[in-house]
Amino acid sequence: MNAVLSSSREPEVLAIADGGLATEKVLSEIWQTLEALTDPEIPVVSLREMGILREVRGDTLQGFEVVITPTYSGCPAMEQIHDDVLAAMRQLGHKARVVTQLAPAWTTDWMTAEAHEKLRAYGIAPPLACASSSTPTHTHAPQTQVLTFAKRPIANHNIACPQCASDNTTEISHFGSTACKALYKCLACQETFDYFKPY
Amino acid sequence: MATPSHAASAHIDYLLHLADNAVVLGQRNGEWCGHGPVLEEDIAMTNMSLDLIGQARMLYQHAATLIGDGATEDSLAYFRDAHVFRNYTLLELPQHGALVGYATDNRDYAVTIVRNFLYSSLMLLVWERLQSSSDTQLAAIAAKSLKEVRYHVRHAGDWLVRFGDGTTESHQKAQAALEHLMPYTQEFWSASDFENDVAASGIGVEVSSLREAWEAQLQETLHAATLEMPSTTGFITTGKHQVHSEHLTYLLDEMQSLARRHPEGVW
Repeated sequence: MNAVLSSSREPEVLAIADGGLATEKVLSEIWQTLEALTDPEIPVVSLREMGILREVRGDTLQGFEVVITPTYSGCPAMEQIHDDVLAAMRQLGHKARVVTQLAPAWTTDWMTAEAHEKLRAYGIAPPLACASSSTPTHTHAPQTQVLTFAKRPIANHNIACPQCASDNTTEISHFGSTACKALYKCLACQETFDYFKPY
Repeated sequence: MATPSHAASAHIDYLLHLADNAVVLGQRNGEWCGHGPVLEEDIAMTNMSLDLIGQARMLYQHAATLIGDGATEDSLAYFRDAHVFRNYTLLELPQHGALVGYATDNRDYAVTIVRNFLYSSLMLLVWERLQSSSDTQLAAIAAKSLKEVRYHVRHAGDWLVRFGDGTTESHQKAQAALEHLMPYTQEFWSASDFENDVAASGIGVEVSSLREAWEAQLQETLHAATLEMPSTTGFITTGKHQVHSEHLTYLLDEMQSLARRHPEGVW
């Protein structure tokens, strides 16, 4: 391993080891190019901002490995993302391979603040923080009783409507247009909207 | 392929057991695609099928690496026959009570919901424990699957309460589905050689150790749903020992037909 660049948040911070033809410049150019790639299902957010693009490593001699991680296990966008990354690397003239890595498991906590803002502007309510502890189950959060489905109060999670910013919203369904979203309705402006579920 | 050692073969069998569970239930629940009782449930059920099939893919890919010899996720999902599948019998049963029900109008959503609760509340415990499996790839798959199964348990639990504590008819249907399916859960707790082997080597979980927690979880939800805990006596099914009900062959026939008719077809 000659050069490793990790962290999806700050691609400009480079950790370069010795050797190879990997330079800060090449890696930075790769990150810049990959920055143009967006989530096929949410075309306003880049793969980096989503936390899907994890790492670029290697050098111009050996070729590069681009590490991606799936959001949900069955995410149908992964193959498109794989192909998009390869095509971008080819365009730069680099030998490259895409590695899918499962651990550490992707979490919505990795989504950047810019991603949250872009989601909101696009009409999707961004996830509330701290996915690991906020997915309620009967076992882990006894205060979240199963009974709440029928009796769930309005605005139970205070998820703000991305259209009018009102907190007066209610969940229609845990599952929405894609695996990662739930369907909500705003009781103030009457619009339905997607909520990106904490994962 | 070279005959794997005893330990390697238990490891592979265990991964296939987990993968077969996920793919069979994913395929079964996928039957609701376009036929859900309401639009939101149609979407919910297909989303959960997608999770299950995604989990199955990761597990099959991992098993294929261990098997070698050209095995792939596709060869394991599409070119193995019913008599080598290792899923729980519970998961292959039609969406119906004791009668055979394949037609759309024969499907009973209470059976779907009860089965999803029984299985996903088990997997909540299994995936949690498998996060510390000595097989690091399995541990990684478990960490992802755990996030997904939490939503599955929540979904099935919510509907179980709705049905049980709903109308007289929904209560009866939910109770009947429980009576029908509960005996099949005995298979969870009956030991098998491959499960014993992987539990001993730290790869797998001793499932019987999860029984108490699983029952407590079920009891709590049934109480909220005003449903009675049914008995779990009688014949213990043997799906994980590769002896299945007739229903699996029909399910696999449908799932595998395209791949078998066009072997190695790509598009």
